[in-house]
Amino acid sequence: MKPAPFEYARPSDLAEACAMLAAGDDARIIAGGQSLVPLMAMRLARPKRLIDIARLGELSFVRQEHACVAIGAATRQCVLEREALVRTAVPLLAKVMPFIGHAAIRSRGTIGGSLANADPAAEIVLVAVTLGATLVYRDGTSSAEMAASDFFVGPMMTALPATACLTAVRFPVWRDARIGVGFHEVSARRSDFALAAAAAQVALDDNGICRRLALGVGGVAARPLRLDAVARALAGTRAEEAAVREVVRAALAEIKPLSDLHASADYRRRAAAHLSVRAITDAYHAAAGADAG
Amino acid sequence: MRVDLTVNGETYALDVEPRMSLLDCLRERLLLTGAHAGCEHGVCGACTVLLDGAPVRSCLMFAVQADGYDITTIEGLAPGPGELSPIQDAFCETHGMQCGYCTPAMVLTAHALLADNPAPTRAQIVDAVSANLCRCTGYAQIVEAIALAADRMRGLNWPERGW
Repeated sequence: MKPAPFEYARPSDLAEACAMLAAGDDARIIAGGQSLVPLMAMRLARPKRLIDIARLGELSFVRQEHACVAIGAATRQCVLEREALVRTAVPLLAKVMPFIGHAAIRSRGTIGGSLANADPAAEIVLVAVTLGATLVYRDGTSSAEMAASDFFVGPMMTALPATACLTAVRFPVWRDARIGVGFHEVSARRSDFALAAAAAQVALDDNGICRRLALGVGGVAARPLRLDAVARALAGTRAEEAAVREVVRAALAEIKPLSDLHASADYRRRAAAHLSVRAITDAYHAAAGADAG
Repeated sequence: MRVDLTVNGETYALDVEPRMSLLDCLRERLLLTGAHAGCEHGVCGACTVLLDGAPVRSCLMFAVQADGYDITTIEGLAPGPGELSPIQDAFCETHGMQCGYCTPAMVLTAHALLADNPAPTRAQIVDAVSANLCRCTGYAQIVEAIALAADRMRGLNWPERGW
């Protein structure tokens, strides 16, 4: 369990980091290292050079940007866990934070690291897909961005160019007065990778009717999926449990779940259905209990 | 590659290979063998140390990344030679251990928890120690030890970071 030899570099700013990446030579970005270092220890990853961006202040921030909350890629998860703006403006992200690894993982792990790692069972990846986040990256000297739905390609695979460094993620903020969120996952042990997970965010009008709803499932397929058919079917309703169950089942019948030693495809589909119903129900009740205005 | 590490208040200038983990550096170079090597890929928690007071897996960090932080290992917790911190004392008293392999990391995890939250609920203690695998005790006496330590530390007027 010892990594293969590599060179270590700690650039003093993002421009220098990107120049190092662009030089190629099998370089990889490291921030918190909570996903990359285990892969290196098992020699599933053998980068020749590590470019450490963990201390770049320009990549560590949480701020409101128009109708979004922008978070710097190197912002540590333990910081987000305690960040008031995340709790109020992106409550679904706040909700999942305690489920990410353990405190010792979150004290080094970063939001950008989790997104770039693209584990299909990762909670942050699920929230990014569910809320339709935008990922911002720098490639050489130019910046670009991509929708979460295009960014995540498959298990541990993203559309991020090999020479690019993820710099930020923007989560859309729902302005509705009555918002609720729900999240449930099943794993073999506490904080193990989820065999199935579901995240929901609901906005209600004054009469308790869903103005809009977002539902995503993670750990089930090769990448987290946003189930827009469920959102469409439940908008304008009170999201009664029987109706939710029916539309969730119908939507999950369409997907092709993963199957492995830990859980069969059939188990994942069934678990995802139950967790989705619970997540939506929790989100609805939380929104109903939220003060209008 | 040269790195300056501050461990338990002492600064050490070291020359290490970039691939040397903080864990291996603590154990092999500084001979601080209280941080234990278990799984070496971040799952078991036996290598937990404190970095500026926060628990981290020292196997998931390279020594070259650890300069500038205040690193605390189990060797740095007791107030003096032959003495124990209140948390260590509580682990002894409730016998919150069997083989002892996970114990230093359990104590450090408890230390970080109680520094942040002096009156944790049982659920919060369980959540904190779930980060550290123990295959002997079944955790009951570990949870008891941390609750006892919390209770005692709340009742004491300890100087800041004095234990």
